[in-house]
Amino acid sequence: MSVVLHTDPMTMQFGGVTAVSNLQLDVEEGKIVALIGPNGAGKTTAFNMITGVYKPTKGNVFFTDASGKEINITAQKPSTIAKLGIARTFQNIRLFKDLTVYENVIIAKHLHLKSDFMSATLHLPWYNKEEAQAEAEVEELLKSVNLWNMREEKASALPYGQQRRLEIIRALATHPRLLLLDEPAAGMNPNETDDLTAFIKEIRDKYKLTVFMIEHHMDLVMEISDKIYVLDFGETIAKGTAEEVQNNQRVITAYLGEDEDA
Amino acid sequence: MLTKKRKLFLSIVAIIFLFAVANFIQVEMDSYIRRIVNLCLIYAIIGLSMNITNGFVGQFALGQAGFMAIGAYAVGIFTVPVAMRPSVFYATPMNPAIINIYMPLGVALIFGGLVAALVAFVIGTPVLRLRGDYLAIATLGFSEIIRIVITNASSITNGALGIKNIPPLNDVRIIFLVTVITFVFITLLINSSYGRAFKAIREDEIAAEAMGINLFFHKNLAFMISAFFAGIGGGLYGALLGTVDPKNFLFTLTYNFLLIIVLGGMGSITGSMLGAIIVTGGLEYLRVFDEPLEILGLAIPLFRPGFRMVMFSVLLMLCVLFWRKGIMGTEEFTWEKFVYFCHHPLAYFKKGVQAK
Amino acid sequence: MDFFQAFANMTAASFAQHMVNGISLGSLYAMIAIGYTMVYGILLMINFAHGDIVMMACYFAFFGITLFHMPWFVSFIFTIVATALLGALIERTAYRPLRDAPKNSVLISAIGASFLLENLANYLFSGRPMRFPNIPVLAQNVSIGSVQIQVISFVIPILTIICLFILLHIVNHTKVGMAMRAVSKDYEIARVMGINIDNVISMTFIIGSALAAVGGFMWGIKYPGITPMLGVMPGLKCFVAAVIGGIGNIKGAVLGGFILGLGEILIVAFFPQLSGYRDAFAFIVLIIILYYKPTGLLGETTTEKV
Repeated sequence: MSVVLHTDPMTMQFGGVTAVSNLQLDVEEGKIVALIGPNGAGKTTAFNMITGVYKPTKGNVFFTDASGKEINITAQKPSTIAKLGIARTFQNIRLFKDLTVYENVIIAKHLHLKSDFMSATLHLPWYNKEEAQAEAEVEELLKSVNLWNMREEKASALPYGQQRRLEIIRALATHPRLLLLDEPAAGMNPNETDDLTAFIKEIRDKYKLTVFMIEHHMDLVMEISDKIYVLDFGETIAKGTAEEVQNNQRVITAYLGEDEDA
Repeated sequence: MLTKKRKLFLSIVAIIFLFAVANFIQVEMDSYIRRIVNLCLIYAIIGLSMNITNGFVGQFALGQAGFMAIGAYAVGIFTVPVAMRPSVFYATPMNPAIINIYMPLGVALIFGGLVAALVAFVIGTPVLRLRGDYLAIATLGFSEIIRIVITNASSITNGALGIKNIPPLNDVRIIFLVTVITFVFITLLINSSYGRAFKAIREDEIAAEAMGINLFFHKNLAFMISAFFAGIGGGLYGALLGTVDPKNFLFTLTYNFLLIIVLGGMGSITGSMLGAIIVTGGLEYLRVFDEPLEILGLAIPLFRPGFRMVMFSVLLMLCVLFWRKGIMGTEEFTWEKFVYFCHHPLAYFKKGVQAK
Repeated sequence: MDFFQAFANMTAASFAQHMVNGISLGSLYAMIAIGYTMVYGILLMINFAHGDIVMMACYFAFFGITLFHMPWFVSFIFTIVATALLGALIERTAYRPLRDAPKNSVLISAIGASFLLENLANYLFSGRPMRFPNIPVLAQNVSIGSVQIQVISFVIPILTIICLFILLHIVNHTKVGMAMRAVSKDYEIARVMGINIDNVISMTFIIGSALAAVGGFMWGIKYPGITPMLGVMPGLKCFVAAVIGGIGNIKGAVLGGFILGLGEILIVAFFPQLSGYRDAFAFIVLIIILYYKPTGLLGETTTEKV
């Protein structure tokens, strides 16, 4: 099984504060890997280091693309990293609020556009062809999550749960190899979380993704994760399968509490 | 339901109709009216250019006056007939490298636009990574630097004396056509994938970047296109006035266009057209305020030179304080709305133009 | 005249003269820059109207002396009070209503306020340059060696240093100052902690405008031609000065002011052929700073939470 994402021990320091220390990740192709830990443990910072938002104080991030080539993506621009095949969602949902549902998704197709701006503006034939393809794909994606009827609504008008879905769909539109989900189940009730769990498994299978997610909802995490990393104050205190992590004493003390119910 | 074909048909009909209006104005109306209409059209072009960066990409750039100046001076320098140049450049002789280069107006316009775009690229590279207010000051500063350079490079620009004897262009039909081309181009651009990328940057830069949109490239692209059209507008402005002078292009000129896009709605193309009409018309109408006014034989003390601009500034303030979205907000006045308006004219006055 | 000729022709006396001018100009820039940096530190906005407030201060001073026949030091006080009130008024009408609006709106409002002040001045006082009245006790010359220096050229830097010390004392050692620092660090938390944001912000504008008034009064004496547009260039340059020093940092604003003032004078002194470009100097420095050290010389880096 090949590794999609590999880091050597990464550290992130902001002035005097060490947000992440010696985080070493290996994410295998096709797996669902989770990153858990108390608030402030450094999880979103880790995501930001992977996606180029932050430059790690120490350490490198390596991404293996579809052809098997390993690329050092450390401190590259987020847009470059997205083009290589890593897409993400955000903890606080960053949809294009004033734009429609449809526009939100089709914008994610822009990175694949080969036509230059003059061809696009003049709507020359090769641009029209690319545009038609993009439109067809967006239609399929939106229909797969029942958002096609809402496509002309402003993204901010959607209910919370659908906004989260839209954000994931938008990320999918970039044809990623690795999908980073930052707290996808935040604010959801148990039913919605179940739906989301099934959804993540479904898209992983359908689009042949590798998923790396930050989550607090332990039912979701324990249900679908092939591997879990546990952070606390920036340090990795455990890594392994769901069972291994659940039984790890350090994890229990720091995070899960005495009650092992997930 | 209006299909794409029907809308295209309506648009073509509208353009032909408006061209006929322009023709009528050119042939029948006096030069004062023609001048106002021409100014309005030119202001529309520049307002649109400013809306690309400020309205669609959300970058608060205040450099339009500088880019206008580049376009205006391209026209000024290269369209004055070679024989007349020594009399214009009487204080400092014109630079021998360019003294014999003559360009017809059309070529000079495009040339001016391209030079403006090039300058925008040079400026944009360091400046576009700045946030909000910093970008505003930096572009303002560069607008002034351009003006200062023009004032000092006497052998090329005739410095503070300005350039006279520019062959005038005041044919409403021609300026109308340039405006139509600008309007159509920008509409097509905004409706394309690149236009959507611009809007994404405006909505959320970080998310846009995460979706693969190269911020530097797109911001720069928008900035260059904006400068190009500002240059064209400036060139037309120079041709309309027949003279160019560095003092015409103080950065306060940019405030006119700021009002146009705020009033019309930042992020609305049709809004900018409306804004241009209202601002240009308003500025003319407000001239009344500069003249002494008598009611029943009593002179009203307020009305004297300078009052017009005070009213204009108050208007800008009121607009931004109480009517931030402007007339159109980020919506466009589409054919759908026009048809709806024809069927239910009163509904608009109840719900406002932004209703569907 | 090129650099080598200028250098050769420079005597100790003329160099001293240039230094004095540079320090005076730098002090004036410093006073005005402080107003920008304080407002930006708290509200994260550029008060575009600040330069025009300096201009209004000049006019207040002018009319105080010529129209109301005040003795110059009374006019000085009057100018400070009137300008401070003007600054507070602008904050109240143009900025406070937009405090929760998107950032661009406040920016446009500031531009609008600036534009309004300029047009208002043009309308009320006409665009004709007015000559700031001569104040003999300040304008008279003092001889140091072979150099003639106006008294005002000593007064300006001294006054600037005094104002700076008073300001730093207020900011660092009084409750009001602590409130201002708290608000500039975290607006929302300060509000939750019971600090009256509106008062703190008004106070910031009052102090900034008062300093602008001092600067404006001195400016009028040093550069007697007053026009409605006189605040435009200095306004832009002083914001640049604040950025150079590190926006939000008062000492930085003063440092930036001196760098720009001295730099401008000395460049023109040593490179006379560039004197037409003297206004461009500030912007070129701005671009360089923004490129290499965007937080300014004394500024601190902040990171945005994603």
